[in-house]
Amino acid sequence: MIKMLSGNEAVARGMWEAGVAVASAYPGTPSTEILENYALFPNVYAEWAPNEKVAVDVAVGAAYAGRRGMAVMKHVGLNVAADSFMYASMTGLEGGLVIVTADDPGMHSSQNEQDNRTFAKFGRVPCLEPSDSQEAKDMVRTAFELSERFDTPVLLRLTTRICHSASVVELGERTFPAPEPKPFPRNPAKYVMVPGNAIKRHPVIEQRIRDIAAFAETFSYNRAEPGDRALGILTCGVAYQYAREVFPAASILRLGMTWPLPEKRIREFAQSVERLIVIEELDPFIEEAVRLMGISVEGKSIFPITGEFDPRVVRESAISSGLLPKSAHIPLADLETDSLPGRPPVLCPGCPHRPTFYILNKLKVPVNGDIGCYTLALTPPLSAIHTCGCMGAGIGVAHGAAKAGSPEHHVAVIGDSTFFHTGIPALVNVVYNHSPVTTVILDNRITGMTGHQENPGTGRTLLGQETVRIELEPLVRALGVRHVKSVAGYNVKAIEKTLKEYVRLDEPSVLIVVEPCALLPDVRKRWVPLEVLANKCNGCTLCFRIGCPAILKSEELDEKTQRSKALIDASMCTGCEVCAQICPRAAIPFRSAKFEAGES
Amino acid sequence: MNTPINFLLAGVGGQGTILASDVLVNIGLEAGFQAKQAEVHGMSQRGGSVTSHVRWGKVVYSPLIGAGEADVLLAFEKLEALRSLNAMRPGALVLVNMQVIQPLTAISGEQTYPGDEALHKLFAKLTSHIEYINGEEISGTLGNLKVANVVLMGALSALLERSGQAGAELTPELWLKVITERVPAKHVELNHKAFQAGREAVGKR
Repeated sequence: MIKMLSGNEAVARGMWEAGVAVASAYPGTPSTEILENYALFPNVYAEWAPNEKVAVDVAVGAAYAGRRGMAVMKHVGLNVAADSFMYASMTGLEGGLVIVTADDPGMHSSQNEQDNRTFAKFGRVPCLEPSDSQEAKDMVRTAFELSERFDTPVLLRLTTRICHSASVVELGERTFPAPEPKPFPRNPAKYVMVPGNAIKRHPVIEQRIRDIAAFAETFSYNRAEPGDRALGILTCGVAYQYAREVFPAASILRLGMTWPLPEKRIREFAQSVERLIVIEELDPFIEEAVRLMGISVEGKSIFPITGEFDPRVVRESAISSGLLPKSAHIPLADLETDSLPGRPPVLCPGCPHRPTFYILNKLKVPVNGDIGCYTLALTPPLSAIHTCGCMGAGIGVAHGAAKAGSPEHHVAVIGDSTFFHTGIPALVNVVYNHSPVTTVILDNRITGMTGHQENPGTGRTLLGQETVRIELEPLVRALGVRHVKSVAGYNVKAIEKTLKEYVRLDEPSVLIVVEPCALLPDVRKRWVPLEVLANKCNGCTLCFRIGCPAILKSEELDEKTQRSKALIDASMCTGCEVCAQICPRAAIPFRSAKFEAGES
Repeated sequence: MNTPINFLLAGVGGQGTILASDVLVNIGLEAGFQAKQAEVHGMSQRGGSVTSHVRWGKVVYSPLIGAGEADVLLAFEKLEALRSLNAMRPGALVLVNMQVIQPLTAISGEQTYPGDEALHKLFAKLTSHIEYINGEEISGTLGNLKVANVVLMGALSALLERSGQAGAELTPELWLKVITERVPAKHVELNHKAFQAGREAVGKR
């Protein structure tokens, strides 16, 4: 049976076919749909972990117990999980262990475009890279077989273009080795990494990676496609597709395993062609390794080290360096489009984060932000995020700035899911080492940015089961914060009053703003669009300053001020009443007025 | 068909571009082509631009279309249509839905939403194969604004027939089969009507 599947759907299918016993992940674009899809298969176990480090430990535990364990994350998630990744390489395992890293060349939804193949080399772990959805599915099984054969974790590296492209997949059977019912291993020499044991393990893993390199020489996914001998191309992942399209006649050696590399095969391939180039996105990873073999090769002198490739990038780079004739150039229409208004992502209409940022903007305090929907408050008119580096960074950065004597009161802003991810230790530090940082936890009862995933605060698991809901206020109080308050997200006055009080304090404070995401199905049912009473609006522009996409400029001007009156787009408005609360002329009636008028 | 046919779909989050590209890639498959689809930009819930690529061909390697190589544009919104201009091959087949969704940058007065005259002028420079349609007006008469995307699919099917290029041989029945498989059972009839209305809007039954 064949099916059109995205790379992420294909990996999920591959996990099911390969009998993954435990799968753990933290959501992150472009990897999120892998576990969402896997969780739909019958009789599987999959979970959202609070962060990627925990996810890897969970997968390791399953693999130590002799079953197939998998951890899934976006590329920067592996930074969080690096410690666990490294010890898992040292110990090896009993059952298969596969870690999926979804890299993001072009930074479609990330803070950097780091190339995680370097982690494979760093950790002495093999790295597999599919070039389409079929391989994304099939390589899951291959990765587990490699893992079990060589007693090693395996890194399965995807990129955004593999994750989010769909191509045809021939589905396979669900077949996997029956797990042996054996007790958990008591093998401290292998599994307890005290220095005395670790010293003995290091040569073992160095030999292991040499053994895998020997295996790579005959690995079927390292595939030669002989062609014209004038040009030989080493490539991997989705870049293979661009190479094939732009150089239909060239000889290609497509590497399905990009670490360790099959030196003998590469040497033979290099000898069989006149000019050897590497087409790979991001780092010159293959290129440098090939050059270390003493083989003459070109790569980043032709193709960019930054950004995502596509056929045009590859073709035009090749033309500039003389690899292709100028006649290969495809001209652009080159019409003037620079002056078009941008359409950056913004906080949605009815977003419960909006009032907090409206107030923070008014207070003019420095705001150390974090990763989530609320990062979008960086743009005008809210302009109330001043730093954002990675998950969980904001609270620590605010504390450091305060300790350095920053003359202003620092506010750290973090979402509920991000707080569970890496915010808690940073808040512990604020309390322990005492700084007057105000932490705002924006609790929208869901993981929003990645498209509504459950988290430890929602009371529900990835598999849809009810579970303990971890309450933020008692948790924060237990950490020793004395000034803690929970307020409703749309209560503009309460947020303003609390923040004004907290930014004057000389000790740690935490404001928890609780309001479910306006896009949650249950909340959508309660949407009631508001309207502007044109006879009362005088075009004061105050409501435009909350940056709500549902509030438009009317064509009608106020007679006195000659400024545009406000107009609410009823198809977008959720009726959150934030604009109604800040309108000084009561020109936007509250929901209750509508009900009283008998309209609803 | 040795060179693939490249479709670019451009719109704003929530306009149904994802369903449309899913339908389009599967129609390619049903018609016996190799087909690939890529969601290029997609902060769909936050009002950002959404773009997807669909390619059909005897052999399709890259899921992405290089700039200047798209053969067919299906634009769900005027501003997003304009933004896609330079992605298109000169002489491309273009279908623009005359819907306006003001971005915050235009609401704030920082930038100006382009007028229809500028739109017509720029597209005339690109191609003579252009059709404008008002999907929301048509779907509104059917009683459900949400099927505007299927109205556009209907119009696209008729335009491909007229153009005589790849895809011209696909019957409306094939399009409807693929659409039917992807919409809730209770909305099948509505979607069929929307598809037909789209075909009629560009002069085909």
